[in-house]
Amino acid sequence: MSETNTGLAKDLKITKKGAGSDAKRMAKQSLFARIMHRPESGAVSGLIFVYVFFMMFASGSGMFSADGLMNIFKVAAELGILAVSVSLLMIAGEFDLSIGSMVALAGLIIGVGVTKLGMPLPLAVMLAFVCSMAIGAFNGYLVVRTKLPSFIVTLASMFILRGLAVAVTRLLTGKTQISYVVNELNQNSFVVSLFSGHLFTGFFQYLAEHGVIGIRDDGLAVVQGIPVSIVWWFAITALATWVLLRTSFGNWIFATGGDANAARNMGVPVSKVRIMLFTFSALTATLFATIQVLESGSADTLRGIQKEFEGIIAAVIGGSLLTGGYGSAVGSMFGALIFGTVQIGMFYTGIDTDWFKVFLGVMVLLAVLFNDYIRKMATSSR
Amino acid sequence: MVPVIELADVRKTFGSVIALDGVSFDVKPGEVHCLLGDNGAGKSTLIKVLSGVHQPSQGTIRVGGKEVLFKSPRDAYSEGIATVFQDLAMLPLMSITRNFFLGREPTKGRGLTKRFDVKRADDITRAEMERIGIDIRDPGQAVGTLSGGERQGLAIARATYFGAKVLILDEPTSALGVHQASMVLKYIDKARSDGIGVVFITHNINHAYPVGDRFTLLNRGRNTGTYKKADITRDEILFVMAGGEDVSSLLEKMPGVEV
Repeated sequence: MSETNTGLAKDLKITKKGAGSDAKRMAKQSLFARIMHRPESGAVSGLIFVYVFFMMFASGSGMFSADGLMNIFKVAAELGILAVSVSLLMIAGEFDLSIGSMVALAGLIIGVGVTKLGMPLPLAVMLAFVCSMAIGAFNGYLVVRTKLPSFIVTLASMFILRGLAVAVTRLLTGKTQISYVVNELNQNSFVVSLFSGHLFTGFFQYLAEHGVIGIRDDGLAVVQGIPVSIVWWFAITALATWVLLRTSFGNWIFATGGDANAARNMGVPVSKVRIMLFTFSALTATLFATIQVLESGSADTLRGIQKEFEGIIAAVIGGSLLTGGYGSAVGSMFGALIFGTVQIGMFYTGIDTDWFKVFLGVMVLLAVLFNDYIRKMATSSR
Repeated sequence: MVPVIELADVRKTFGSVIALDGVSFDVKPGEVHCLLGDNGAGKSTLIKVLSGVHQPSQGTIRVGGKEVLFKSPRDAYSEGIATVFQDLAMLPLMSITRNFFLGREPTKGRGLTKRFDVKRADDITRAEMERIGIDIRDPGQAVGTLSGGERQGLAIARATYFGAKVLILDEPTSALGVHQASMVLKYIDKARSDGIGVVFITHNINHAYPVGDRFTLLNRGRNTGTYKKADITRDEILFVMAGGEDVSSLLEKMPGVEV
């Protein structure tokens, strides 16, 4: 290396080509550090903590038996279906507080459709999806058009939709509850098995008969099979994860939440992204509602209360940033699983369930602090 | 040589304020044309006219000798005029690759299996960054981890890759330290050697002079002269920029200060 002396200063250092890169100068990150930088890391460590906790205090209670675990997953699945769309919206920098009311409304559309309008069940379910997705798109349109925070816009729709659900149902049926939505006329409809019941029942019965899982006195397995809701939960989470990480649209979701202006400058159709995500959030609310109605056979104006907040809790625990631009769909799955585990675990350990909300609140606070730390780590120049 | 972009006698007014008053300006392929001027000289307005954000009140814009009207930045972009604004249109929480291809993601497959070709995008990003002189260890790392200079480099590499004929850089060195700024000057030099016409906006003559081929000095919305490097010295540019005040004599009174 020949140092060219320009005669200006003795310690003049000339930056050689390629040496100006700081990125390569960084020490190679350890595997642990890389894993810790994933958005899901907080939720996974939270989940491990929760399981260690309940294994210590509830190991003999049957919580970790086949039916205990299935109960946990069932609770998690219902919330998880909502949490997926909540986290996508949150990554795009938006909230949808109307999903709880949407759950009630969609269920009542199915109920009224079947019992009052005499619709076949598949048609009523389809009507519920079409109506609520149209409302979801309208939510998105309002947010895009008015440029108001989605928090306010959907807070309004949360009340409007809940009020509509109660008022119209009472007007049409005189009650706030609709029973016999699934009845002897439609209980064999394909939509019933599409949204409720269990899969692999034969296999589980086989396991029970061979003593792998418990068997009831009447000779049936304690766990009949995999509840369909869990399959929906996994499928929709997998789909959302694929969209988020492996499609252009996923890239646009991140960009919309990260900096809508910058995204727009790069040609991302920000408004379209937002409207589509609000529509998707209405879709998951209706999926949740359909599962509930077909499982229980009835619709109720009180369904879905506080689900909007539980969804946000699962998404935040799952590592999605409230400010947008960062997060994961898989994370919301872990968030929902923590939720389900604690709820069922408290029942098995005999801890007063009044403490459930206290625990949730603390969990959210910890998750937000952790996410904030991760965000700072990710954006600081190293 | 035909300029890649040319402004002829452009005037831009905002109400009664005259932001640009009959400015002519052009860039040829493979040259760095520095646009110098103090705050309020009209630099920002000029680049906004060049990039299609503003439309001139009078005067014409020609691209490759052909008169054009940019209705939006998108129009300018499709003519190959890429502007790197100070905010860089970067998302710090997203990966280098995702930023590089934002809005123009390469896909493979079709129909329902149409997907973001992450592998190809990563490879292109790494290669393009390498070409400009930045070695990135992992194209999946967040842009937030890059230094200011490297982010400028990424923005320049991105514009170049997507076929920019003209690269407009708005104060790319202003927020950077000495080392980072010199890196950006190297990226500019690299873009020039690729045959791109670069408009380099700055108020720092120390950054402009080493890399510039021509210098246009703006003052109060007017073009006070365009000079080839051979025709003007650094101090002369400074003299014009300071509005005729003798900066060196001013500085002599302040020992230890160098511009």
